[in-house]
Amino acid sequence: MNLLSRKQKPKVKYRSIWVEIGAILVTSIVFIFPFLFILFTAGKDAKSAFKLEFSIPEKWYLWENLLTVIQADKYLIVRATYNTLVLTIFSVTLLVLISGMTGYVIQRKTNRVTSTASFMVLTALIIPPAIVPTIWVLQQIGLYKTMTGMVLIEVAYGMAFAILIFRNFVATIPRELDEAAIIDGCTGWALYFRIIFPLLKPVTLTIIIIATVSIFNDFVNPLYFLPGEKNATLQQTLYNFQGRYSTQWHLLFADILYITIFPLVAFIFFNKKIIAGMTAGSVKG
Amino acid sequence: MYPAFFLYVLLFFLPTVVSLFFSLTRWSLQDWQFVGLDNFVMYFQEAELRIGFRNTIIYAVLTSALKVIIGLYLANFLTSKLRSKDWLRSVVFFPTLVSTIGVGYTFGVLLDPFEGPVNKGIRAVAANIGLVTDGPGWLTDANLLPLLSIAFVDVWKGVGFATLIYIAGMASIGREYYEASAVDGASARRQFWSITVPLVRPAMFSVIILSFIGGLRSFDLIWAMTNGGPGFISDVIASINYKQYQAGFYGLATAGNVILFIFVTALVIPLSRFLNKREVAA
Repeated sequence: MNLLSRKQKPKVKYRSIWVEIGAILVTSIVFIFPFLFILFTAGKDAKSAFKLEFSIPEKWYLWENLLTVIQADKYLIVRATYNTLVLTIFSVTLLVLISGMTGYVIQRKTNRVTSTASFMVLTALIIPPAIVPTIWVLQQIGLYKTMTGMVLIEVAYGMAFAILIFRNFVATIPRELDEAAIIDGCTGWALYFRIIFPLLKPVTLTIIIIATVSIFNDFVNPLYFLPGEKNATLQQTLYNFQGRYSTQWHLLFADILYITIFPLVAFIFFNKKIIAGMTAGSVKG
Repeated sequence: MYPAFFLYVLLFFLPTVVSLFFSLTRWSLQDWQFVGLDNFVMYFQEAELRIGFRNTIIYAVLTSALKVIIGLYLANFLTSKLRSKDWLRSVVFFPTLVSTIGVGYTFGVLLDPFEGPVNKGIRAVAANIGLVTDGPGWLTDANLLPLLSIAFVDVWKGVGFATLIYIAGMASIGREYYEASAVDGASARRQFWSITVPLVRPAMFSVIILSFIGGLRSFDLIWAMTNGGPGFISDVIASINYKQYQAGFYGLATAGNVILFIFVTALVIPLSRFLNKREVAA
């Protein structure tokens, strides 16, 4: 007994304190410096921001600058925030539902259909999508420049990676569990949603995080598939903003700051979960 | 499964097949005119477009190589016994979550050749030791430097993701290997090369493939930082295709897409074959 408890608490030998201080310093300079620059510049008035110095503002104008940015173009950024949130939430939900089921079916059944599907997943992962013909297809079915079309595009492009990760994870769930559930009369949808889907939770979290980040920050796809001012997403407004305010650095950086607040808040609240979730599913990815 | 199948066919497979046809036409989305291989000939004849090929390769190889190496070292450091582990992991990982466009603009300003803080710093240091220099034109140089600067920013933003994949891989390595080798008197360096590196291989291959594909296909960071400029110096195939699309040359843009498709497939499939073979052998 005594031996066991001593064994479970081995004396932790930390690295030298100087190595750690060095690491903190280096990472702070490399990774935090640019974010501080964003914050400081966003907090200055036009004149001192113009100098592009890395310094703490003498007087903070952060709130005023943010307000100016939010009010610009008749509150376009509010509209864009709404668009981005709608796009992200619907795409991620649909993506998780569809690719979870597909990953499950592909892993469990082996026949010609599923092996074709596996091949498709690989091709979709590697081949860059044909942009202009996709626009043409969307036009034919009347979904070009619509949010529905954009959501479907994000799902279609994100699917391959998500299916792959779900499939690898399903492989670790014993088949006996399916069989036991089937004997108890649980089949089809009920089997998936009652038994399998709850077990996929860690990897679902991984997919939700990766997909949310990539869709929220997606610039290129809305650029192609969702043009038009009323459809603008946050990344688009930032891009247009840069064209117009190319020398009004305090406003440009206030906009960058605004866009960064979303991931920052999410990260502060879900930090542990995000890192744990990212590591759960991506081992075999 | 059927919705996935349906989406794949409608929005991925069909456009890819259609693109093979439309790349042979002059195309306005409403009507088209068959021009044979003209688009491809035009694509290869223009010198600027050939720069795009060279740049795409350099960018993809450089960013993925740096992520593979730096990510491995960071992960190894961050899995060792540290008091500030959580903080360091968060700091390294956070840039992954942030807007590429925002990061691009921020570094565009930081690296500005005249007003940017980086070059101001360089000038100040140089003046101290008695040198007069303007500092490098990070994003305005007429040679490879702009592309390299962008690749560096790409690594800055993406290395956290690579590190996390490595950390996940390292977590699945059994402690007993390290304990046994410690008993045999192996140094930390020896443990790293003889245990960690071979056993983290699957994670390493994921990092290689993911960042290589990403490097070949993406252009948003380049677009935010230089628009492919100055001139065409930092253009890659994907950004050239966007420029053609913007100018209304849909046939040409589609031909560019087909070229990118062939290019990526021709590079990635042999690479993943090679890596899979190594993995089986290991």
